[in-house]
Order: sequence, then structure tokens, then C-alpha cells
Amino acid sequence: MSATPVLALRGVSKRFGAVQALTDVELEVHAGEVVALVGDNGAGKSTLVKTIAGVHPIDEGIIEWEGRSVSINRPQDAQHLGVATVYQDLALCDNLDVVGNLYLGRELLRLGTLDEVTMEQRARELLNTLSIRIPSVRIPIASLSGGQRQVVAIARALIGEPKVVILDEPTAALGVEQTAQVLDLIERLRERGLGVLLISHNMADVTAVADTVHVLRLGKNNGSFPVKGTSNEEIIAAITGATDNAVTRRQARNAEAAK
Amino acid sequence: MTSDKSTIDTPNADGVPADDVPPPAVEALDPRLLIREEGLKGYLIEFKRKMRGGELGSLPVVVALIIIWTIFQLKDSLFLSSTNMVNISYFLAGTGMIAVGLVFVLLLGEIDLSVASVSGLASALFAVFATTHGINTWLAALLTVGIGAGIGAFQGFFFAKIGVPAFVVTLAGNLGWNGLMLWVLGDTGSLSLSDNGPMHLLGQRSFFMDQDIAGAYILATLAVAALLIGSLIDQSRRRKVGVPFRATSEIVLRVAVLAVVSYAVAYVLNKSDGVPNALVIFLAALIICDFVLRRTTFGRKVFAVGGSIEGARRAGINVALIRIVVFAISGGFAALGGLFLAAQTYTATLGAGTGQLLMLAIAAAVIGGTSLFGGRGNVWSALLGMLVIQSIQTGLDLLNMNTSIQYMITGAVLLAAVVVDSVSRRTQRSSGRA
Repeated sequence: MSATPVLALRGVSKRFGAVQALTDVELEVHAGEVVALVGDNGAGKSTLVKTIAGVHPIDEGIIEWEGRSVSINRPQDAQHLGVATVYQDLALCDNLDVVGNLYLGRELLRLGTLDEVTMEQRARELLNTLSIRIPSVRIPIASLSGGQRQVVAIARALIGEPKVVILDEPTAALGVEQTAQVLDLIERLRERGLGVLLISHNMADVTAVADTVHVLRLGKNNGSFPVKGTSNEEIIAAITGATDNAVTRRQARNAEAAK
Repeated sequence: MTSDKSTIDTPNADGVPADDVPPPAVEALDPRLLIREEGLKGYLIEFKRKMRGGELGSLPVVVALIIIWTIFQLKDSLFLSSTNMVNISYFLAGTGMIAVGLVFVLLLGEIDLSVASVSGLASALFAVFATTHGINTWLAALLTVGIGAGIGAFQGFFFAKIGVPAFVVTLAGNLGWNGLMLWVLGDTGSLSLSDNGPMHLLGQRSFFMDQDIAGAYILATLAVAALLIGSLIDQSRRRKVGVPFRATSEIVLRVAVLAVVSYAVAYVLNKSDGVPNALVIFLAALIICDFVLRRTTFGRKVFAVGGSIEGARRAGINVALIRIVVFAISGGFAALGGLFLAAQTYTATLGAGTGQLLMLAIAAAVIGGTSLFGGRGNVWSALLGMLVIQSIQTGLDLLNMNTSIQYMITGAVLLAAVVVDSVSRRTQRSSGRA
């Protein structure tokens, strides 16, 4: 793991009108590291991802890219830096084939026209190196299963040779086998030296592949844990704020009363 | 694919060897894939599977065409005569041009209801430019098509940037541009056009290579040679880099089918006057548009927007720009079609662009196999659809049918085409291909 994180957020805040969605959030993603971002609904995970992806520019704080401070105001800025985002809804074009989707928006050209042959060849190579099994690279996305679409969406993120890949709930709608395939793929991304930011609700997935877990709660950092040596309960307690709730407060009061 | 807990907890240690099996020489194929077998037999199997899956392609059109031609031939033995075939091939070009523009719009999953009015306006504008103001006819034609494209872009702006549904914008345009045409023609009523320049080229008495017998055969040979050479080059490139390629037998079959069709058409047309220049220009436009849609990034973007707007946007495609350009293309082709239609009678009339023209153009695109739901189709559907439409029109004319009957039949044909489109889309969904 390199000393300088590829991507670092320092004291990032984001407001939407009267809502403080993010407050002084810190986050670091190193090359070859899988960072899981967990938190309850409304904790600010999606907002955080969107600030990195350039959908919502940050209000305060600094985004550092390989140690340099950068400003990400548009999705293109993030893409140029080398951040690839796979959103939960995938947003693939059902009518285009796998090759068409992989290269959508960055088609290879030959004499000014689409170079289908090279794109098909490279697509097959990429899918092979990632051990992605799909029936054919020339069938429309509509024919693929949910898990296959997910891996195609992730593979598409890799076409631009990014340094950080953000995966938003990649296993949310998948079955057991497909989830395992996606987790395998995430490990392969780490082996390729990419930084992976994984947003998930699923503790089993997080502990299976992540190196570090960052917990967000009500738009603030609520702890960062190395996966090894941390129990699920500790993470869940940080997510739900179980250390500070009606039950613990009552226990504390009772304890004081007993004195 | 190992996914049990033990391998994941200790990544790279014992997880890798399982995946590290040396890749087989021939890439392992998914056993569930109903892969196309090499050769002719596989081609037929693939064809049958597509039919069952609802990917009907141009099959319904061919069937419809055979039925229509049989019925009309039984009613009137002149129908299949070469003179009538030349007629059909000439008259399909005008409405066909409008349908080409509509194909682009339909690929986005939108509709342009203003094309007929724009075509009428174009004929009026051309007449005023060329006849009243004496502008050079070629320049006038260019100006007219440019104005058509501008009108399309104008409507596309309201749709893409303001967010008004295309249906409403172009419905307003349908009325508005028709009104503008009436205003342009004003008191004169109708203007006649002289038989020169573009009007002569698009007129009924203008044939490729001046009716030379060789003309039709040269065109047929060019088409066959282009397909053959293109397929072989593609095959060798694919073979070289090791991606699947078309079997030689399949290429031969495709080229043979095209050769039979094109030489037969050339022979029939040659028995009468030859290939109308209007048809040649229409075919050239089809080839160019097909190339643009299938081989350029712009075409890929059009399909992407038609497939998933969000997907296209995330891929960095400027959706609004694509929409505006596509509506401009539609407007431009509508104007071009208007010139073709004006040249049929060498007049710009108050009735241009009214009546069933809009329905015919939409019907042609849909009958030919371009989906109303966006993302699926090709420009050749304009040609196939127009063959059906124009055969019906010409057949009914031969039988001296009333306009009332014509309207009803055209309406029924459009309905039938949309039903086929909807049903085939549902079948495709249920078999997971849409």
C-alpha cells in the first residue's frame, strides 16, 4: 500500500438547502485497497459518492488526488482524474450489445469510423482477464442476467483505465452465485492495483472483500475500522449509533441512580 | 469460482490457483449459449431462433409484400408489369425520403408529426425562391433543405432543452408549418415549377444514365461487389485478430440473395424505362444514412439515447445535442422529400403535405421494422415500408379506388404494422432480448 492515498477527502461538507448532508467527512482510498463505505439510509453515502463522482460539487473541504488538491465540479472532471463510478441502476443500454456498452462514449475509431473488430477483441480480452463469463460479447444487454449486467457495468468502468472505482451497492439485487462473482471481481480489481470504494449495506460482503470500513452516520464520520480484528457487531454499533441511544442512555441513568 | 469463506479470508493464498488454470486454446464458451454453429446450417438455426424470439426483422414486410402483390396481380394483370414497377419505384422515393428522417427520430423513441407539413412548406419555399425570386434552382433546393433542417432543430430545441414532449411540439409544428406554407403561397394559390435543375433530376422523365440498359446493371453490380468485398475484408480482419467471423458460406448466401434481388429488379426496370434518378438518389441517401447509423460514433449515440437516456448521459453523451441534431435531420429529410413530391407534378400546391402523407411516412418506417419504442431499427425499413405502402397506393389507383377506401386501407396497414411491432417487442421481452 502506497503512503499517499490515491484519493483523499479532507473535511468535506455538503449542504442541500437547510440540510447538512455531509459534515467534515474524512476518507482515504489507497491504491490496491478496498474501502467499504457503510451507513444507514440517509447517512450520506450516496451524497459522498456523488461529490467524488462530480455530480454534486462540495461546499467545503478539500479533495486530494494523489496528494494534490483538485476540484471536481462535473462528472467529466472525475472521469479525467481516473475515477470510474458504477451506479446502482447500472444505466446500461439494453438495445446495444456488450461491446457497444463497454465502449459507449469512448468508441475506438479506425479511419473515422467505428473499429468494431478491435473493440470486440479488446472487450473479449478484458472480460477474460477479469474471468467474466458471459455467453457472447455480441448479444444485447437485454439478454443478460442481473449479475452479468453488474459485471459488464463494472468492466465498463475499467475501459477508461481508472485508478479508483466506486461501486454503489453492486450486490444489492443479486443472487448468491452472482454476488460471489462480483466479490471475486472486486478482489481482482484490488489485485490490479486499483483503489475500490465499495458502498454496501451487506455486512457479509463488506467483511468478505474490504480492507477498511468507513462508517458514516448522519453525514459525519463515525469510525473507521480495519476489517481484520473488527467484529460485525462493532461496525453495526457504529452504523446505528448503538453507543448512543435510548437504551444505553437509560442504562447509564439506571447505573447512576443505583449509585 | 470459489466463494466460500475460507478462500476469501485468505485472499491470494489458496484462492488464486483455482482461477489460475491456464486458459484453454479455444476460449471456454458458456454452456448455456445457443451459439451459432459455423456454416449454413447454423445460419438457419439462428434464423429460426430469432423468429421464435420475436426478432422478426424484415420478414413481416416480405410476407406482406408477397400477399399484396398477389392480390393486386389477381385483380389487375397490369400490376406486376414493368411499367407499373417503374412507377412504384419512382413514386416511393418522395415519401421514402420523409420516412428516412423519421427513422432517426423513431430510433430515439420519439415521433415527429410535423414532417408532412415541413415537406409541404419546403415545396412552397422552393417554388417562391426559384420561380418568384429567380434564385438558381440548385441553390434554392439547398436553401430549402437547410430551412427544413433549421425547422427540425427549432422543434428539437423545445423538446430537448425546454422539455416539451416531442409529440406536442411537432403536433404544433404540423399545424404551424402548414399555416406558414399557405401564407407563403398566398393569393397565387399554386406555383408551377420549370422542368430543370433539381426538379428535372427528380422528375418522372429522368432516368439513370438516360435509360441506358447498362445503367441498372451497373448499379446492381456495384451493390453486389460492395457487399462481397466489404464482407470479405471484415472476415479477414476478424480472422486475423481471432474474433468470431461470418462463415464463407454465409457470406456467399447473403451476396447471392442480394445479387438475385438486385439483378432481377434491374432486369424488370430495364424492360420499361430503367432506374428513375429519384430512386437512385433515395438509395444513395439510404446507404449514407445506414453508414452513419452503424459505423459512426454519432449513430452509436443515437442508438444509445434510444436505448437508455440515463445510460447515454452517464457515458458522457450530450443527450440534448443528439436530440436536436436528430430532429434537424428529420426536418432536412422532410424538406428533401417535399422537393421530391413537388417534382412529381412540377408544382407547389396548397394541398402539399396534407392528407395521408404523414401517416404514410410513419407507416413506412414502422412497417419496415423500425420500432416505435426506440433503439431498434435501420434506415432500410424506409425502403421496405415504402415498397409496401407504394404498392398499395399504386394498386388502389390501378383499380380506381376511391380516396375514402385508400384512407381506410392505409389506416388499417399502419395499425397492423404497429401491432406487429408491439407484439414482437413483447415476445422479445419474454425471451429476454429487449
